[in-house]
Amino acid sequence: MNELVFFLNNVVISGLVIGSIYALGAVGITLIFSILRFAHFAHADMMTLGAFFAFFLTAMFPAVGPAIGLPTAFVMLPIAMALTAVTAIYLDKGFYKPLRKHNVKPIVIVMASLGVTLMLQGLIRMFMGTSARSMYIDDRKDIYRIDLPFELASRPLVITDPQILLFVVLIVSVISLHLFLTRTRLGKAMRAMSDNPDLARVSGINTDTVVKVTWVIAGCLAAAAGTMLSLDVTLKPDLSFHLLLPIFAAAIVGGVGHPYGALAGGFVIGFAETLSVFNWAVLLRPFRDYLWFDLPSSLAIVPTEFKITVPFFILLAILVWRPTGLFKGKVL
Amino acid sequence: MGSIIEVNNVSKSFGSLNVINDCSIKVEQGSITGVIGPNGAGKSTLFNIIAGTFPADTGTILFDGEDITSIPSNELFHRGLLRTFQIAQEFSNMSALENLMMVPQQEGENLFNVWFKPGLVRSQETAVRQKALEVIDFVGLSHVKNELAGNLSGGQKKLLELGRTMMVDARLVLLDEIAAGVNRTLLQELIANILRLNRELGYTFLVIEHDMDMIAKLCNPVIVLAQGSVMAQGTIEEIQANTEVIEAYFGNDAH
Repeated sequence: MNELVFFLNNVVISGLVIGSIYALGAVGITLIFSILRFAHFAHADMMTLGAFFAFFLTAMFPAVGPAIGLPTAFVMLPIAMALTAVTAIYLDKGFYKPLRKHNVKPIVIVMASLGVTLMLQGLIRMFMGTSARSMYIDDRKDIYRIDLPFELASRPLVITDPQILLFVVLIVSVISLHLFLTRTRLGKAMRAMSDNPDLARVSGINTDTVVKVTWVIAGCLAAAAGTMLSLDVTLKPDLSFHLLLPIFAAAIVGGVGHPYGALAGGFVIGFAETLSVFNWAVLLRPFRDYLWFDLPSSLAIVPTEFKITVPFFILLAILVWRPTGLFKGKVL
Repeated sequence: MGSIIEVNNVSKSFGSLNVINDCSIKVEQGSITGVIGPNGAGKSTLFNIIAGTFPADTGTILFDGEDITSIPSNELFHRGLLRTFQIAQEFSNMSALENLMMVPQQEGENLFNVWFKPGLVRSQETAVRQKALEVIDFVGLSHVKNELAGNLSGGQKKLLELGRTMMVDARLVLLDEIAAGVNRTLLQELIANILRLNRELGYTFLVIEHDMDMIAKLCNPVIVLAQGSVMAQGTIEEIQANTEVIEAYFGNDAH
């Protein structure tokens, strides 16, 4: 039974956590792609940037969180999201819009976004240094140990405060995004523009506004993901390097341009990672007497250091099986 | 009645190619004005300039007396200037009905109301759906209303384009070769619908067309464009009797 608890802690909860982070990032990437038609490589740095905004705000008002009973950085999240959204709009204005105006090929804008990545990383390091920091200043991370109501399960389920908050953030974001895309005027305008920009324009849709709204949504989701991840682990300037490839894999697995696909893709990649580094020997140990081979002490599909290869194996396998991703056809 | 659109001395060139050359036209309120001319005469470019898809190099355009020379197409839409495309455009991932429902501007459709006043949003939605159902019936597409617009035939897409202009109170509709690729029976319906819109709802039409039969049935007056400027203007009979026009169309060998 304890083995099962170990599995739940290390695979199910971890998978949900990292999957949520990937999903929030991938949805942003997919939205930007469907409206602006380019792969936004600076997206993971927008996540880091959002986390840094939250960190600055936490450092400025460390007493806010304890007063309410929530982590300060979480209380500051809406402001950090707003700041990231504004930054995203200005990054677009400064670097991508001039290129779009001259009708350059998408690859040029992709390269520009790589430049923006490096620039953002440089800026973040300039202000914050390279060390890892804790997002908790005046408060501390709450860890819940939930005892399971089974006699054999002596080990508790472990879940942290930021993990629960992350799930809340994800659920609220997804429902809001769904209602936004299907019910609101601007959401419909986004769907229209991703489908046929020329027709959208002559149907009275202001495409500049749609572009801005896209950056706002992508920026907000990125800031939320970055902040929640840093709350759960630590805040590092190179956070984005570990996120960039998996979130792109998630967006592509889900079918580029499809937000629900990106969501699913995020969890596929997240669970693929946790399942593949999980030590299966732990689960098999109770059955060792029935096994025809000697159980090694460690039996993971890949060692932890190679974790990053898993999303790409999954990506290639899914693309061979379904070349347009899990959710094919419909864009937005 | 006054003129709803006035194009004054507009010129446009792409690189070294002068597509529109000091062109001036007027469209009377309530008329169905035809624009004909040989390929490359600048008809579609003129439409694009009027509709705000791209700006003119020189000259001005007045819509209902107001200068709209540098106003983008999405704003012109709100003033009642609509257009269709030479190659029918559609939101291919939405159903035909959704394509029509996309057009009207629903006030109050924001995230706050969706969360907190769902009733208001729903009643608007119902009204728009009702309107879209009427329109789709009017253009004779009700049997394919739930089909993805991308799967419709070329002719059906043209009808959908016409339907789109009926979802809002249009004042001037630019029809760019609406008849091309539409079969004869469907075409008669299309012509009847355009005439009905003109008479019953007071739409003014500016029509680019190669189909002379359709021009003869619909348009008065007819403007002949050649090499980017107006060559002749008048009723269809006058145009058909104009030797200069015949030369432009068929070359000097024609007689």
